[in-house]
Amino acid sequence: MDKLGGVFNASSPEMEAMVDLTLFIIIVAVAILGIITIAITYILIRYRRRSADTAEPRQDFGSTKVEIVWTVIPALIVGVFFFSTIKTMYAVNPPFGDREPDLVIIGHQWWWELFYPKSGVRTANEVHIPIGKKLLVRLNSVDVIHDFWVPELGPKIDLVPGHTNHIWLSASKPGVYLGACAEFCGVQHANMRIRVIAETQEDFDKWQEEHRKIPPTPTTGEAALGAKLFQEKACTNCHLTGVGPDLTHLSSRQTLAAGALENTPSNLVKWLKNPEKYKPSSYMPNMKLTDVEVNAIVAYLEALK
Amino acid sequence: MSRIPLVPEITEPLPSIRESEGLLAWVASIDHKQIGIMYLIATLFFFLVGGIEALLMRIQLVRPENDFISPEVFNQLFTMHGTTMIFFVVMPFLIGIGVYLVPLMIGARDMAFPRLNALSYWLFVLGGLLLYFSFFTQSGAPDVGWFAYTPLSEKPFTLNKGPTYWVLGLLATGIGSVASGLNNIVTIITLRTPGLTMRRLPLFVWMILVTSFLLIFVMPIITSAFAMLLLDRLLGATFFMPATGGSAILYQHFFWGFGHPEVYILILPAFGIISEVIPVFSRKPIYGYEFVAGSTVAIGLLSLGVWAHHMFAVGLGNVFNAFFAIASMLIAIPTGIKVLNWTATMWGGKIHFATPMLFAVTFLIEFVVGGLSGVAIASPPIDWQATDTYFIVAHFHYTLFGGSLFAIFAGVYYWFPKMSGRMPSERLGKWHFWLTVIGFNLTFLVQHLLGLMGMPRRVYTYHDLPYWGDMNLISTVGSLILGLSVIVFVWNIIASLRSGIPAGNNPWNAWTLEWATTSPPPVHNFDLVPPVHGRRPLWDLAHPDMPDK
Ligand code: HEC
Ligand code: HEM
Ligand SMILES: [Cu+2]
Repeated sequence: MDKLGGVFNASSPEMEAMVDLTLFIIIVAVAILGIITIAITYILIRYRRRSADTAEPRQDFGSTKVEIVWTVIPALIVGVFFFSTIKTMYAVNPPFGDREPDLVIIGHQWWWELFYPKSGVRTANEVHIPIGKKLLVRLNSVDVIHDFWVPELGPKIDLVPGHTNHIWLSASKPGVYLGACAEFCGVQHANMRIRVIAETQEDFDKWQEEHRKIPPTPTTGEAALGAKLFQEKACTNCHLTGVGPDLTHLSSRQTLAAGALENTPSNLVKWLKNPEKYKPSSYMPNMKLTDVEVNAIVAYLEALK
Repeated sequence: MSRIPLVPEITEPLPSIRESEGLLAWVASIDHKQIGIMYLIATLFFFLVGGIEALLMRIQLVRPENDFISPEVFNQLFTMHGTTMIFFVVMPFLIGIGVYLVPLMIGARDMAFPRLNALSYWLFVLGGLLLYFSFFTQSGAPDVGWFAYTPLSEKPFTLNKGPTYWVLGLLATGIGSVASGLNNIVTIITLRTPGLTMRRLPLFVWMILVTSFLLIFVMPIITSAFAMLLLDRLLGATFFMPATGGSAILYQHFFWGFGHPEVYILILPAFGIISEVIPVFSRKPIYGYEFVAGSTVAIGLLSLGVWAHHMFAVGLGNVFNAFFAIASMLIAIPTGIKVLNWTATMWGGKIHFATPMLFAVTFLIEFVVGGLSGVAIASPPIDWQATDTYFIVAHFHYTLFGGSLFAIFAGVYYWFPKMSGRMPSERLGKWHFWLTVIGFNLTFLVQHLLGLMGMPRRVYTYHDLPYWGDMNLISTVGSLILGLSVIVFVWNIIASLRSGIPAGNNPWNAWTLEWATTSPPPVHNFDLVPPVHGRRPLWDLAHPDMPDK
């Protein structure tokens, strides 16, 4: 059987607490539904009109005692729900005091800008975190409202322009956790995916170290031509200014364009030739490159390690 | 149908207040019955349009990475579908059937302000036309969702004219709704026939009264938000533009300050229909009348203080969220009381499974599903997973479709004989019912799971993750069955209008005043309003030996 995602694969302490609460409330809810359904079915069968019986049944107008009973019982259930809700809410979302964020996420139509203030690493669309650590994430948006949501790791939270939010992010086991923008944000909302790559502290440190360095610009062959084209073709106008994602370590990412394509050299070629086809209306323009230019740029981007 | 008295074939056209014949008799009418029927016809039209929009979306989602529809069009479809179903189907249907029934149920000749009544109707039509006119503009219909969050719906992010038409259309209908609300309140308070005290008022009328108060309280909230959005979009104001000093979140407070009471506007009159149908087909009075009426008032009041449960993911803090969580959960109590009272009404009765009752009974169960998932997502930690996923889509379709729309079908079958003078076909009615129940649950039950598995809503495409394709396929098959059920429904209406069995005054042996007059009623409604000494005047007439207390 394939593995189910979302609440079926809780992978952080926050998410486990949320799933416990969800299970509890769903079980009670299903039990209530069961009781009501059985009661109604029983009544429908027992009290159905039999043909030829035209006499009116006994007329019964109600009873205050009964009403009180079935006001108090739901009130008690609601009380219990509320109590466990509060407990879980504070467990999942404790105050963060004046701690500095470990990660800053900035929403763009339709990709995620990522910045690790402590190491200075800048990347996009794929969050790396060490397992077993609670990271404080600060979230913001430059355009419309987006929403950061990685189901298996816990709550979702809006990225609101003009309003800064914080959230705790952690994973208890290594793995790739898929997520998506969960607030409708325009044409390509469906292709605004995010993934969290949780790894051991060692792997994470290694990743962070590699990403801190700026790789040397290739000086020979196709890649050198690519480097030149990358400047000349105005790619840098967007990709060094935050209008588009940072491409410095693109080849280490698993996907392209916030999950629209798998990141392979051949997909990169397709993307550069015609972004419109794979993510219609995205803000990456078709740069009208020739095959030679595309191949050179791809060689350059792949060489940046 | 042995109880139906045989009456002569109807030859007269529907009576009209005007001398004129044909279309003009309708268009120029200020008769509440004709206006009521025009509401129903227009909402049926919009229901078909909104349904087609839904089916197109379901076809696009039938399998992963489908490319039947472009993202732009998909976004227009869900915006138009949601807006249409809420503002141009369920809301005007309930207002319309209220306009038809309230005067009859309280023994009046018409609404208090018949011309205002016509104005409300035509404003609603105008709003619908404005909204749909957007399809003919160069850039197409609005595509920012039925709640049009700012700043996405602002000019810099949505240049096309869609949202402007959307705002104008909803402003027009909204003004009409306030007028309807006022009209209902004045009618119900001043035009009741002697003896019909507030404590004897039919529950449907009670629910219309509470709904009308909600309408006049909350429509102005959204009207002002729309005015601000319009100023932003057309005149360069920046109420909701954070980049220039406005607030994106302010709009959400306005929208949901209206929007949550709105969902009670969509369900309370439906509760009213259920409160009429279940007693008649169980042959017993409603159990706990005072509690059913009182809990409606409680729901109305509570509904004004729960709006921010739509905003648990906005990041407004634990204390804020806790307040709106408990306020929302409290609504479960008066709602639960209602469900239990309806159930108790059937207990000890003699239940007759005609089509109206089938829909009413199924309403109970479908609505409880939606209500329970509602209590769950009133808990912020659960909502942090569920909001903006297919779980929410399932939740609100269980309340709006399984709730409001099932009640609407019950009401249509129940009052069709009164409005048309003919019985709807039971055979087609049963087909319609079973197809609806099967199609509805196939479509929406699996969506709970999809949401819990991580599928966001409002996406035109999705990756092939485990079971996502299968579940979406089930959902689409269900929606096609629903499409079929609607065809059967429309066919039933048309066929029964043409050749249904004549109904007589009171085919269901019901007890409220509308059944004391002819079907369809004359222009002046009643030659003689029967005396009212209790909640069930026609019962008292039929059983002088054991009248209601
Ligand atoms: C007008 C600004 C702009 C220009 C010019 C531009 N891009 Fe982009 N590019 C973007 C944006 C915006 C995205 C993100 C698209 C999305 O995911 O929605 C993007 C995405 C990309 C991606 C995928 C990045 C990732 O993280 O998955 C690559 C690769 C890329 N661009 C390469 C280029 C190259 C090479 C050029 C020059 C030939 C170029 N871009 C020119 C705006 C631009
Ligand atoms: C014919 C049966 C119906 C089907 C198959 C259907 C299907 C859908 C689908 C596929 C969506 C889009 C979900 C998403 O992507 O988020 C949707 C949204 C919606 N539907 Fe329905 N629906 C039906 C009936 C109704 C009814 C009767 C109502 C209300 C009375 C309704 C109200 C809504 C609303 C409010 C939305 C949200 C729109 C938005 O996201 O802006 N639907 N429906
Ligand atoms: Cu987004």
